[in-house]
Amino acid sequence: MSHNQVVQEFHPRVHEAITNPQIRANFRKAMDGLMDKRQLAFPSDDELQRTRELAAAIRLRALSKLPELLEKLEANLTANGVKVHWAETGDEACKIILDICNEKNAKSVIKGKSMVSEEMELNHYLEEHGIEALESDLGEYIVQLAEETPSHIIMPAIHKNTDQISDLMHEKTGTNKSRDVEYLTAEARQQLRERFEKADVGVSGVNFAVAETGTLCLVENEGNGRLTTTVPPVHIAVTGIEKVVENLEDVAPLLSLLTRSATGQHITTYFNMISSPRKEGELDGPEEVHLVLVDSGRSNIYQDDELLDTLRCIRCGACMNHCPVYTRIGGHAYGYTYPGPIGKILMPHLAGLDDAKDLPSASSLCGACGEVCPVKIPIPKLLVRLREESVAGDHNHDNSVVKGRGAKRKGMEPLIWKGWAKMHKHGGLYRTGTGLATVFRGLVPSNLGAWTNCRTAPKLAKTTLHQQMKARSQNNAASQKKDGGDQ
Amino acid sequence: MSTIKLYPPKPEKVYFFGTCLVDLFYPDAGMAGIQLLEREGIEVIFPQDQTCCGQPAYTSGYHDQAREVAAAQLKLFPEDYLIVLPSGSCAGMMREHYPELFAGQPEEELAKNVASRVYELTEFLLHVCHIQLEDKGEPIKVAMHTSCSARREMGLGEVGPALLNKMANVELVEQARVKECCGFGGAFSVRHPEISEAMVTDKVEAIDATGADAMITSDCGCMMNITGAAEHMNKDFNGEHIASFLWRRCNES
Ligand code: SF4
Repeated sequence: MSHNQVVQEFHPRVHEAITNPQIRANFRKAMDGLMDKRQLAFPSDDELQRTRELAAAIRLRALSKLPELLEKLEANLTANGVKVHWAETGDEACKIILDICNEKNAKSVIKGKSMVSEEMELNHYLEEHGIEALESDLGEYIVQLAEETPSHIIMPAIHKNTDQISDLMHEKTGTNKSRDVEYLTAEARQQLRERFEKADVGVSGVNFAVAETGTLCLVENEGNGRLTTTVPPVHIAVTGIEKVVENLEDVAPLLSLLTRSATGQHITTYFNMISSPRKEGELDGPEEVHLVLVDSGRSNIYQDDELLDTLRCIRCGACMNHCPVYTRIGGHAYGYTYPGPIGKILMPHLAGLDDAKDLPSASSLCGACGEVCPVKIPIPKLLVRLREESVAGDHNHDNSVVKGRGAKRKGMEPLIWKGWAKMHKHGGLYRTGTGLATVFRGLVPSNLGAWTNCRTAPKLAKTTLHQQMKARSQNNAASQKKDGGDQ
Repeated sequence: MSTIKLYPPKPEKVYFFGTCLVDLFYPDAGMAGIQLLEREGIEVIFPQDQTCCGQPAYTSGYHDQAREVAAAQLKLFPEDYLIVLPSGSCAGMMREHYPELFAGQPEEELAKNVASRVYELTEFLLHVCHIQLEDKGEPIKVAMHTSCSARREMGLGEVGPALLNKMANVELVEQARVKECCGFGGAFSVRHPEISEAMVTDKVEAIDATGADAMITSDCGCMMNITGAAEHMNKDFNGEHIASFLWRRCNES
């Protein structure tokens, strides 16, 4: 897969973000706000934990029958008059969408928010082929104006504050400079409305695809999703194969957790359920509806019982909102479509671990992500698994399905760990080692490089706990002996 | 944490696993922990062959090496006494990750057995010993930092503050974003130094803003990180392991 976002290595990108006070302030403020909102949306921890259990079980059940449910989904959508397409790669999916556009002689596409379309870089692809693609989600619209990529999966323009958005809109569209969010929103809406009327095709994502009824569910707040999927004569929905759920009852708990985890809303302003094109006698709706199901590495993950959990994700963004790393570096520094904790466990599969090699280690494993994940993905555990895969550090996974496995096994590191293991598996060796270390404690270099840039060097103790305890037991033994001798 | 944990009655003997950081850098914290346990009438056994729980290799992805070292630790606890560690992070490694690490290995049963006996020191003092603390120290204002492993992996977020609240002359203040990670994360701090620095700097500022005289923690990794940064930033709060803090103040004359 190609991904134009990666322009430099991870650390220079981190440096750029972390030393930019504007980025730091924008993310801190936004993430604090989102964490508070989520907290307020879950007044009862019991209810939260029960619903998480349920949601995780629903997603797990769907994944355990994924091939069967996908077939059912296809059959039911087809029966409803929706055309279903399968794409193995992002490029293939782009091609399918382009072909549909060409067949309809389409010149302009209006888009609702879709991370999968970001992942496959649909906009670039269409534009290269002479078709204009316009984002209609406000955040996406801003990001597109700025010629950037989303920095968050739910709030694509969260890296910008109101002033920056006002300046951007002024420069690109001629609106007045203003801090009035309502004015800016109204202006953007006006500009977008005109484009909806002209668009030949609407492209949207999907939040849940219901197999039993052949229904595509779309969660949104701005109404742009509804317009995208009803105004243009053709609607193309595009999504990853993992988004399928078994039946309609499964949707309610997932939806309730999705919106509360994401933005603290109990329900979004719009919830669209699409099951067919316009029927005879209906006044609106598209004449044609397509669904493009994209694999792009997902079926690979599917083959591993542990990694499979990655596919439970319902893309709520809570893991990034609560991530101390994401809060500090923002979304762009990761360099991939999906930033934050979910990106760290997903991108290595989509892009290959050799490509995304710095992501799994860029976590203190604090566990905040796993704690808030509404479908209970054990993110820290998966990060450790991917670290293991990066260094191929465990023979347990010799038949691993992970692309680019072992990419980080180089240099001195494997040797260092071997030496470390040797020393620490023999208590005797360890004691001489540390004993020696204490002797040379004055020699510990006070500049431990990375550590001491912002911290003083730790000081080795004069005597270790081992030595103190040994001395103590010798003293005890001696005094017991003495006591015994006196008798 | 909504799960209810059942604690055993106070035993006569326990094993003490000091952890390598305590051993090398903060032995006094380990000794204080041992003395607090002994004060409860418990005999503390310190196996001299103990080294490290294996976590550094485990979180770096070198699981074969982590297993080698962990396997050596499994042999240290032949009697069925409980095992107490003055660190949520190492206790978490033994309790939560040993069973996974040894799944399908010959040591699997032993690993599960050891894991089931592991307790973090502060939870042991609070919930197993029901410790009584008589504070003889001068009035002091402190902030508590609970490690992420203790808080999230072990579910012990309330334990440290509960112990500190038993101390008559200790005023516990809470720093902003108290649950946020300090940025240590073991090798993370040197593999991603800029991110770690940003995190620990914010943590130090938050603690400093409370006006606390000291930062108390139950994990030496966090302590090394936070106090190292505070010293570098010329902040005037000290860091102290909760075991040393409690022991010292209960024995001041
Ligand atoms: S991993 Fe969990 S928390 Fe993160 S986006 Fe997916 S569902 Fe939400």
